[in-house]
Amino acid sequence: MGRPFDFPGGIELPDNKTQSLQSPIRQPSLPDHFAVPLLQHIGEHARACVQPGDTVLKGQRLADSDRGAGVPVHAPTSGTVTAIEARQVPHPSGLEDWCVRIEPDGRDQWTELADCPDYAELPVEEQLSRIHAAGIAGLGGAGFPTDAKLVAGDGARIRTLILNGAECEPYITADQSLMRERPEAIIAGARIISSLLGAEECLIGIEDNKPEAIKALQEATNGTGIEVVVVRTRYPSGGEKQLIQLLTGQEVPHDGIPADIGVLCQNIATAESIYRALRFGEPVISRITTLTGKALERPGNVEARIGTPIIHLLNEAGLHEDNLKRLIMGGPMMGFDLPSITAPVVKGTNCLIAGTADEFPDSPIPQPCIRCGLCEQACPMELLPQQLYWFARSGEYDKAEDFNLFDCIECGACSWVCPSSIPLVQYYQHAKGAIREQRREQEEADRARLRFEQRQARLEKEKAEKEERRQARMEARKHKASGATPESAASSGPDLETLTRRRDDAREKVDEARAKLEEARETAPEAVTKLERALNKHQKRLDSAEQALANAHESSTE
Amino acid sequence: MLTTGRIMQWVIAATLPGLLALTLFFGWGNLINVVWCTLVAMGTEALILALRKRPVTFFLSDGSAALTGVLLGLALPPLLPWWISLIAAASAILLAKQLYGGLGSNLFNPAMVGYALVLISFPEAMTTNWAQPLALLDEAPGLLDTLAIIASLAEPATIDGITGATPLDVYKHEIGSRLASTVTADPIFGDGIARGWEWVNLAFLAGGLFLIRLKIITWHIPASFLGALTLMTLLFGYDPDQSVPVQMHLFAGATMLCAFFIATDPVSAATSNKGKLWYGAGIGILLYIIRAWGSYPDAVAFAVLLMNFAVPFIDYYTRPRTYGHRKPERGLPS
Repeated sequence: MGRPFDFPGGIELPDNKTQSLQSPIRQPSLPDHFAVPLLQHIGEHARACVQPGDTVLKGQRLADSDRGAGVPVHAPTSGTVTAIEARQVPHPSGLEDWCVRIEPDGRDQWTELADCPDYAELPVEEQLSRIHAAGIAGLGGAGFPTDAKLVAGDGARIRTLILNGAECEPYITADQSLMRERPEAIIAGARIISSLLGAEECLIGIEDNKPEAIKALQEATNGTGIEVVVVRTRYPSGGEKQLIQLLTGQEVPHDGIPADIGVLCQNIATAESIYRALRFGEPVISRITTLTGKALERPGNVEARIGTPIIHLLNEAGLHEDNLKRLIMGGPMMGFDLPSITAPVVKGTNCLIAGTADEFPDSPIPQPCIRCGLCEQACPMELLPQQLYWFARSGEYDKAEDFNLFDCIECGACSWVCPSSIPLVQYYQHAKGAIREQRREQEEADRARLRFEQRQARLEKEKAEKEERRQARMEARKHKASGATPESAASSGPDLETLTRRRDDAREKVDEARAKLEEARETAPEAVTKLERALNKHQKRLDSAEQALANAHESSTE
Repeated sequence: MLTTGRIMQWVIAATLPGLLALTLFFGWGNLINVVWCTLVAMGTEALILALRKRPVTFFLSDGSAALTGVLLGLALPPLLPWWISLIAAASAILLAKQLYGGLGSNLFNPAMVGYALVLISFPEAMTTNWAQPLALLDEAPGLLDTLAIIASLAEPATIDGITGATPLDVYKHEIGSRLASTVTADPIFGDGIARGWEWVNLAFLAGGLFLIRLKIITWHIPASFLGALTLMTLLFGYDPDQSVPVQMHLFAGATMLCAFFIATDPVSAATSNKGKLWYGAGIGILLYIIRAWGSYPDAVAFAVLLMNFAVPFIDYYTRPRTYGHRKPERGLPS
């Protein structure tokens, strides 16, 4: 068996890619403002290091982040910071998040960049820290901080580096146009990653519907030892797990990561930005974004600056807002509807689809599941989607989990083929959310129970100790009454240590009682008598404890 | 793109070669039954949907009730009195489907529940009302004659002349006392396997292969069912002088209809590919057991219903190995 291997299931989709490939990558004009979100990736918000009123240069750091926690963000152009405020960011819920708002000065002047022709000579740690400083997070969409991913690979263990150029979702051509136009930069980036990881081989996976990109990459890889592997166009070949299976024949363990089988995947656009960061010191302030959909007059790929309002790009591409039915970020299969056209472009914005009603008709009313099994034949993870649906719908989450719900990659192949138009993935997402919520509640309940049990144990222990002391006192009294010899008292009674502790306890109680009495004299005169009595009682106990201790001392010194 | 309604339409379309063969070789009976059972099934479905306050046209247009009617019409004896077909079709929809919650919720194959119900309730009518091959009759009854027979308006004598038992039935009961060569001398066996029946089965086979090609059904259930039935016959019924031979098991009864149209009903069948193999094989084995050692000459309905019982069990033990897992999970969640 040789490359490419195969993966089960998958579907063939109308690819709708040609309309955005008619022209080379375009450079959009400057919008009247940018809004650069402080969180564009998995991890923590970057900490703003500019203030409203500051002037910034293109490429200047706007917000900083520690390695491992996230990545910094940079100014997409030169201009003035006018605000750091919560604004709508691309999110299915229309979430607002912190953004640095910049008004361009029109000069588009770069900050000083660290040009470095000998980047390959830099030590590994320095290369990684430059990758982090350039704000590079996975540009395929998920947006995992790249430096962290390269470290998580742990160097020696990675045998195979895979560059993902499959781009299997319909409509999206961002990676394809990048491969077509800048193959050398991608390959240079691949070599950097490869040497950082010490990988033995580097493979580029690409679907066979991109002949120009394949040719460009094959020319660029000539003599580099990097292999371009052409795979059959079938969704979701670009899913990380599927591409690994296609290129290596191996599966990522269900509770593991690709590094466990010696593989690391990077998107080709990420590789390109790594090269730009190390060679020219350029941070990620733009990315290739596909603008497409029938509501646009001039679909195509643009080098969109991070923070550009989406509406600006769409208008430049000739948006007919009246025809706009759905605005999708990402692909039609795994992307999401943007609730707002004013949200900014982020590092993960690989595609914006301005679709018309004609392109995206309303999905029909779901019919009952007849267990036809088409979803099962389409599932690339070899799950049983029809069973998962049944369990998710009836709230049998334990069974859903047992049927490996959490292995679902939410590619949407099952929903696509479902003849009853059931939005299966939505059911799985809901079930996953509900299970996570249950787990959280369970954890909280466990903590509360633990707290309760520990408190009970503590109370019982105190009670037992009290009881023990009482017993000891009674013993002592009995001995005294029967005129027992000091020897027998010492041998049968409590030892010195216990007696000392008792004396201390009694003294503490006396002090406490005295304090209470003092307080009561000032605030609550009616309780004084009672407290005086209590003090007396404690005082007597203290006396007897001291007496017992003294007796014990005597007998032990005899 | 396939829709659920379209799937049902394709399945109905794929039965047409079989229906055509039945009509060509055995007369108008099945065609009338198909129309009648479809009307009854759809009427019952509409009535129950209305009573359940569900959108009637929305659910009726999915075609599932029509398909149940068609399958019953194909499976029932062609000259069965109308009221027995009515009971079969109405109870298929009412008892086996709507009482469980409608399409997708039924545990048992509705058509086979209807069939089994009337087979147990009216055993004589269900064994004697099979039409004789037209080629053996002096005069083939026309459409109106057949209608009259089914509507129970015809003279009993005319009915007796054109009905009889099926070749499977005859062979099973005669072979105990006679040799194969003398049994098959009966003209209902024709020159091949069983006059007319072989063509009917070939036509259903063709329709079924068409459904596989359209990816509406997969090969697993038909293959394992036919394989198991063949294997059972070769193991236990290899001597044609003792029991029904393999070519008759495959091509003389409702075997191909069962293999591609009845056993493959996805709602009541096993789920995974592996599960479908077990499910189909189970039907094949049970079908042989009942045909060979039970009292019924054909037993598709019972074999299918018994395996319907086993589906949840099969489903729990035949789950595929998910990507990234070392082995498949089995059984109920612990």
